[in-house]
Amino acid sequence: MHITRRHFFRFMGAAGAAAAVRPHSAHAWQSKAPPDPFGCLVDLTRCVGCRKCEEACAKVNDLPEPERVNCQCTIFEKDRRPDDKAYTVVNRYYTGKVDVYDKPVPTYAKVQCMHCQDPACVSACIVGALTKEENGTVRYDVTKCIGCRYCMVACPFEIPAYEYHDPITPRVMKCTFCYDRILAEGGVPGCATICPTEAITFGRRDTLLEVAKKRLKDNPVRYLQHIYGEKEVGGTSWMYLSGVPFEQVNLPILPETPSPKLSETIQHSLFSYLWSPILLFGALGGLMAWFNKNDNHPDKGGV
Amino acid sequence: MQHAARPLKRPLWTPGVLVMLVFMFAGAVAIIARFTGGIGYVTNLTNARPWGIWVGIDVATGVALAAGGFTTAALAHIFGRHYYEPVTRPALLTAVLGYTFVVIGLLVDIGRSWAIWKPMFYWNFNSVLFEVAMCVMIYLTVLYIEFLPIVAEQFKGRVNLPGILSGLNRLVDNFLQAADRMLGKVMWVFIILGVVLSCMHQSSLGSLMLVAPTKLHPLWYTPILPLLFLVSAIAVGYPMVVFETTLATASFKLNSEMHILAPLTRITIYLLGIYLLLKIGDMAVRGTWIYLLDGTYQTNAFVVELLFGVMLPWVMLLFKTVRQSARGVFTAAALIVGGVVLNRVNVFIVGYRSPLTESGYFPSPSEILVTLGLIATLMFIYRVVVTYLPVLQAPKEVSS
Repeated sequence: MHITRRHFFRFMGAAGAAAAVRPHSAHAWQSKAPPDPFGCLVDLTRCVGCRKCEEACAKVNDLPEPERVNCQCTIFEKDRRPDDKAYTVVNRYYTGKVDVYDKPVPTYAKVQCMHCQDPACVSACIVGALTKEENGTVRYDVTKCIGCRYCMVACPFEIPAYEYHDPITPRVMKCTFCYDRILAEGGVPGCATICPTEAITFGRRDTLLEVAKKRLKDNPVRYLQHIYGEKEVGGTSWMYLSGVPFEQVNLPILPETPSPKLSETIQHSLFSYLWSPILLFGALGGLMAWFNKNDNHPDKGGV
Repeated sequence: MQHAARPLKRPLWTPGVLVMLVFMFAGAVAIIARFTGGIGYVTNLTNARPWGIWVGIDVATGVALAAGGFTTAALAHIFGRHYYEPVTRPALLTAVLGYTFVVIGLLVDIGRSWAIWKPMFYWNFNSVLFEVAMCVMIYLTVLYIEFLPIVAEQFKGRVNLPGILSGLNRLVDNFLQAADRMLGKVMWVFIILGVVLSCMHQSSLGSLMLVAPTKLHPLWYTPILPLLFLVSAIAVGYPMVVFETTLATASFKLNSEMHILAPLTRITIYLLGIYLLLKIGDMAVRGTWIYLLDGTYQTNAFVVELLFGVMLPWVMLLFKTVRQSARGVFTAAALIVGGVVLNRVNVFIVGYRSPLTESGYFPSPSEILVTLGLIATLMFIYRVVVTYLPVLQAPKEVSS
């Protein structure tokens, strides 16, 4: 191995230049959330578990008809999750709440992609097949996807599902927030159009937050004083109101820090402009020249 | 140079190789099943558990254990310690094969294998995986370039392709001659580049799980996870060389390389010591030691990783008697290698907690067969390469 003085200085110069352009204090991490996204407010105290939203979702998204569409009893005996055939499901929970006759009262909870403001899946996706759109949807572009399933690893709500039984062209499946429908003027997602009890309210996220706060204020006994999704993982487009603790209806307790903050901060402070690799290259080049300078080691290629 | 790498020219079809072939065949059957029935047909992966041993072992552990390639190159070529050159070629071969099989493992694991080229055109700079993929891709190319002179050394001037390919003899020979001539002058660039790229993606593999703060057990989820991955990769580099060199010299009945391996383990004391310090310091600073005795299988896996994979071999290596005995050095090296394997498995599999669904994951027989099949194929190709190319130090009388 052989390195000349000229090479050495050339590379130290490059390394110096790289160090000079290095952003001085690595930029503080900034949220990339859209300013005025759409959202949905799900009021669990209104949901009666009719599962019409499941049916409507399947219809507008060309998914197979939900399992036992009209069943509102035995279907609830198993705890279901959204999967590659259903973007949303409703579950029933007995949380210990009782009515005046001491009969247990069920709480029904619809679950689907939360369309996070700073989604972990979007940050994770190797090819940018997942994007956070201006209208609030977290959108999946199958033409870019390579099937690494890192989005599924990243998602704090355990939402993206995979077509595990397709050997060649499997897709990631998750709620689309009816992107094409809500893009049209006055468009509403399939599930929100059909809900007979108005448990699902569609609108601008800011407006929904006001609606939610008003309900909490007007009915302090009915609700827990918390809007789930206002601050969880930096805020989500879908938000929930409930009369029972959220973790009892499978909405996990989450920190307020957006999931991608730490990993993106580390990546960008280390690798923006590739300053650290270039610096390391220069330093190693310098060391190599230094350690090998008196060395007449045969310049044999190979290692 | 008194040392010289030579083709071993030993019979290839030993009983051990036949056992490898059985595993290769079984793995191939499982891979065919994966590409006909889908990932769900052969694995125990679910929506709650999207990554299993194909990522945790084939990819993450494969990358870590191929670290011997860049650590020995740094030592012998950059830091000018030419004494260690005899081990750089086997370490380089391990890295070439290791990374090749990382990519093959990925091809089996990702859902749309045919789309693996897409990250080259669709870039997401926020994605840790994107950076890892770019580094691995470029580094694999660098590794092949670093390996090319070894092929040239053996075949230039005597390229003799069989049958119909013999028409290409001249062309291939010219290519080898030219590559050898040119690479000799610029190889230093590739050697440094290899070290830089390794530092980048070895650390970033640790950043992968940082995007899921609520899903990795706090014993492993730490902001310094990338640093821990980098330091452990550097620390496992020489033990891995010791491990495989000992196995190779024993298997091929070559002269022991103890005179090189023993001083390598001295360096390991420092590298592993830094790793141990970081790991304990991290636990102390974040207060995660409170989990240590809660008896869950995750905590136990962490304790085993730290006690038997880091502390025990580190203490062993402090003793001169251990460092001077081939058995002692091999045992310590094997423990360190095992410790890093367990660490990667812990971070990607054992420590992974799906937030809502209980997902007790254990790999299916097919997953295990694919992993074993890939390892067997790697070992088989290693054997073929050292038989026909100058990689290992062989006694003169056997060489032609």
